[in-house]
Parts: sequence; C-alpha cells; structure tokens
Amino acid sequence: MKRSYLSGPYLVWAAAFILLPLAMVIYYGCTDESGHFTLANIAAMKDWVHYRAFTSSLILAFLATLICLLIAYPLAWFLSQHFRNSSSFVVMLFILPMWINFLLRVLALQVILSKSGMLNALLRFLGFPALRLMYTKAAILIGMVYDYIPFMILPIYNALTKIDESVVEAAMDLGADKKTVFRRIIFPLSLPGVISGIIMVFIPNISEFAVADILGGSKILLFGNVIEQEFNVSSNWNLGSGLSVVLMLFVFASMAIMNRKDSKEEGGGVPLW
Amino acid sequence: MARNLLELVNISKSFGEDLVLDDLNLEIREQEFLTLLGPSGCGKTTTLRIIGGFEVPDTGKVIFEGRDITQVPANRRNLNTVFQNYALFEHMNVEENIAFGLRISNKSDAYIRDKIRYALKLVNLEGFEKRKPRSLSGGQRQRIAIARAIVNEPRLLLLDEPLGALDLKLRQDMQYELIRLKEELGITFVYVTHDQDEALTMSDKIVVMNQGYIQQMGTPEDIYNEPENAFVADFIGDSNILDGIMIEDRLVEILGHRFECVDEGFWNHVPVDVVIRPEDVVIKEPGQGMIDGLVTSLLFRGVHYEMDVMAGGYEWLVHSTVGVAEGTKVSISVIPFNIQIMHKPESEDEMAVAAEDL
Repeated sequence: MKRSYLSGPYLVWAAAFILLPLAMVIYYGCTDESGHFTLANIAAMKDWVHYRAFTSSLILAFLATLICLLIAYPLAWFLSQHFRNSSSFVVMLFILPMWINFLLRVLALQVILSKSGMLNALLRFLGFPALRLMYTKAAILIGMVYDYIPFMILPIYNALTKIDESVVEAAMDLGADKKTVFRRIIFPLSLPGVISGIIMVFIPNISEFAVADILGGSKILLFGNVIEQEFNVSSNWNLGSGLSVVLMLFVFASMAIMNRKDSKEEGGGVPLW
Repeated sequence: MARNLLELVNISKSFGEDLVLDDLNLEIREQEFLTLLGPSGCGKTTTLRIIGGFEVPDTGKVIFEGRDITQVPANRRNLNTVFQNYALFEHMNVEENIAFGLRISNKSDAYIRDKIRYALKLVNLEGFEKRKPRSLSGGQRQRIAIARAIVNEPRLLLLDEPLGALDLKLRQDMQYELIRLKEELGITFVYVTHDQDEALTMSDKIVVMNQGYIQQMGTPEDIYNEPENAFVADFIGDSNILDGIMIEDRLVEILGHRFECVDEGFWNHVPVDVVIRPEDVVIKEPGQGMIDGLVTSLLFRGVHYEMDVMAGGYEWLVHSTVGVAEGTKVSISVIPFNIQIMHKPESEDEMAVAAEDL
C-alpha cells in the first residue's frame, strides 16, 4: 500500500488513453451533432447497410475462428507431443508470425493471392485454372485465418503441454484406450486454452477492417470498415461512436459468456504466452 | 502356500546409455505386500512401470496370472496404479474420478453408485462425492487416488511412493490405512518407496534395490537383523559398519580388539564388514566394557538418546534409553549375538554398491 504512488503514472495513462476515450465514445455515441442526447446513433444498427456489415463481420469472424481452431488444434497437439519445450525452434516457427507487423503480413498475402500472384502462378504451373481470390470474402477469410492463427496455436499448445503425463497414464491404467483418453482427459483439460484461443481470434476479428480493406478492396464492407468510414470519410463521429458502442457491448457480452464457460470448466488460468 | 501372481523374468531395461535394470528376477505371491526399497535411481520405479505397462523391458518377460503380458498395453492389464503425484483428473469431481475405470468397463449406473459409496467409505471420505480434487488436502487426494484404483477390483495394486508428499503424522496414519485396506480387500500390493520406515512397517516382503540390482530380499525382520551386505545394512536403519578380520569361527577382531560373535564358516584371517546396530551398543562404566571411550555428543530423540562415542579410533553411534553427558568417560560392549559379520564385496557390482555407500 505504501508504494501505491508507483502506480501513479499508470493511472494517469489509463485515465488519458483508456477512460477518457471510452467516455468520449459513449458521449458521442449518445448525442447528435448539436450535442443533444439521442439514441438514434445506436438505433442506426437497424439500418440495412449496418446490419448487413455487422452480420458479415460476425459470420467471417466465426468462420475464421472455426478454421483457426480446426487447423491449430491438431498442430498444437503435434507440437506438444514432439516439442514440449516452448522455446524450441520448431515451436518458435509457428509463433514467429506474431512478432511481424500485422499489415506487412496482409500485404504479403495480397502479393500471393492477386491475379498474377504466386498462388495463381503455381496453379497455372500445375495445369489448374487460375483463381479469382482477391476482393472476395474468401480472401478476407484467408487473411483473418493467416493473421490470427498463432493466437490460437499458442494457448492450446500451452494448455496441452501443461497436462501431466501421469494423468494420461492414470487414464490408461484405468482401462482407457487412446481415443477415450483424448475425449475424456486431454480435450477437457485443454479447453481453457481453446477458449483463450477463441477469444483471441474471434474478438479482434469482429472489428477487423484492415484485412477487409486490403484483401477485400472496398467492395466488401465489414462492420469495422463502416465505423472507420463514419470517422474518416463521412466525419460523422456520432454515428461512428454509436456503432462502436454497439460493437463494444457485443464484445463484452461474448467475453462474459466465454469467461463463464471457462470458469465452469475449472481449468482457468492458462497463461496466453 | 499361495501361488505366484506375478513373475518378472530376466528383466533388463536401459534408457539410452543408462542401464537401469540388469537381469532382474522377482516373484510376487498372491495377497503379499511387497515393497521395492532403494535410493532414487535404483530402478524401483522403472520396475513398477514395467509391471504397470508404461515401459516395455528391453529383455525378459512379465508373467501375470500365468500369462505373458510383456507386450500388453497398460489399459488391458488387470492391475491398477496409484501414482506418486496421485494424477487425479482435475476437471472431474471425486465421484467422476472414482467412476472413470468403471464407466470404461461399461458397468451399470447402480453398480457404479454402490462402488463409489463403498470406496469412499473404505478410505473414510464419505460425503466428498461432488468435491473437486483441487479442493482436497494431500492426504485426501491420496485416498481418492487409492479409491479410484481399488473400485476396479484389480488383482494387483501398484503404489509409487504414494505417501512421499505427506507430512509425518499423516504418513503414519496412511500406513495403517494401507495395511487395513490390504487386509480387507485381499489384493496384492507392490509398493515402491525410498523410506525404510514405511517399508519395515507395512511389508510382508522387502526387496532392497540399488543400481538396478536386487541387493537383498526378505521379511522386514530378516532385512533389518541380518543385512547381507554393507549397502543394505546402511540403507535400513542406522548402523555402525566397521572393518574387521575374522580370527577364527566365532571370534572377530575390530579396531584391534577381539569380539566374540556367533558367525561361523569364514576363512580365518579374512577381512570382513562388521555391522553393529546402534541400539545394540551397551554403555558401561570405564574399564568394564570392551573398549574405553569418550561421549562426544548427546541428543535427545524422544524415545531414546542418540550418542556419539569415540572409542578405539571409531565414532560409534549409540542409541540408549539412558543418556550420558557429553565428555563422560565410558566403555562400550556388544553381546556376541548382536554382531553381524558380512563378506567384503568381491565383484565389481558389489564394489559399486560399497562405493555408493560411502
């Protein structure tokens, strides 16, 4: 308690860069241009364009999370079986993309996926017809999965390596075959990691707009793009804030559901890194 | 006489360069409480894991109920293990933990319910059905681990230092519980420990191991009273181990003094190891014993006093119910029956034992 003044700078920082902006977003979201209270900005969700962008975001984020999970779980399982030391080179290879700037990675994907890009060159070489991936939802989905998959691999890998070998042996000792051991022991014990992974991938992807901008062109509007455009293009801060508030509430709600599930599973506390 | 439940025949096992077990042979009778005792790295846990099916031996056979099960995986062996760290399933409650093996063997719900109640009663943890392992103390977790194993009615229960993590009082209580369980259930126990008190208290038969070899096998009384070599003597209880020379049958020379003993059949003038238990050293007035000496330390240990007596150039460890103050001149004597004569190690393996012993 005596040293509480040490947290002073952080409190100032938190007030200036978290609380104040948050308050401003809520203020702008609940007022009109002349500063009068209104819920119109939030009610604007009913607008077809906004609603559509929101569901597109939701569906893409959901699919990205699902695909990440389907790829990451077997991969994390393989890594945890063969490379238990998280500082091993092979594990680092899968985590490495996290340390590279996110936009760079999306731009690299653009080069790969474009009409005359590497993927189509390869397909042509193998005698397949070229794909028109750029500026489609599929391209956005690939971008989301590629960008966020390390955030799914790592928590699952951590949860899996945390499982004590003797627990697996105990299950076998009690008569369980490999399938049963996985279903009844390993998977349930790795759930906290799975849930962390889902949160880490799903939540950022709902508000994703950069990936959609670069890989989707301006043809596909995601909710993040709508908000971004309200601020930067239309200069309608009130509407942008109102939609942000809606998004925030949605994020909080889904976090709350996930966390409840997490604590119900009793395995909580898996560190993300 | 009860027949053999389990036989280990010519078992060898290496991990890389490290030879852990070398040509081990062991027979375990039905309803026996057998303890594998030895320091860490002696191969006792590896032996247990080979019986449990978690390791496959490099050579040799595991015969269980007359059948070769060397290659049978752990989940198809009719035996269960209590692990050193209990290995409870943290995501399941006590009831689900205990029911795990029964559900796998497709027992009916009613049967499982009865078994859970019976097992919890047996380990004195009635009413703990819905608790999570995380909320239990070490001793409770340990008893759940035992309950989880015994509900499957294994012919053989393997226990890997299950009391290692418990405090002294709890450990003693659990020792009695284990003996009681063995009596009630009529299961054969194979118990691994490095704790000689535990081994002496609970076992029907003790197997003392070191560096992958069996050093001695026998009842607790045999092992304690008649250790076959210096390693066993030193490992089981405190001992005074002295160099001696066998002068003739029933006469040994230690520290330049001749002691009568009861051992015969050694070559005359052959060097031997002499073991004298500290409680067998008798303290007398100076001049009245065999070697005069000086008490160099006195410790009160509850049941007895522990003294160091410098006599004849050797510091004797002495246990006695009567304490003698530090600095007192005394004399020590030992009755012939309490002098245990052992061959000096000859082979290299035995030398290794002796070296470890230092």
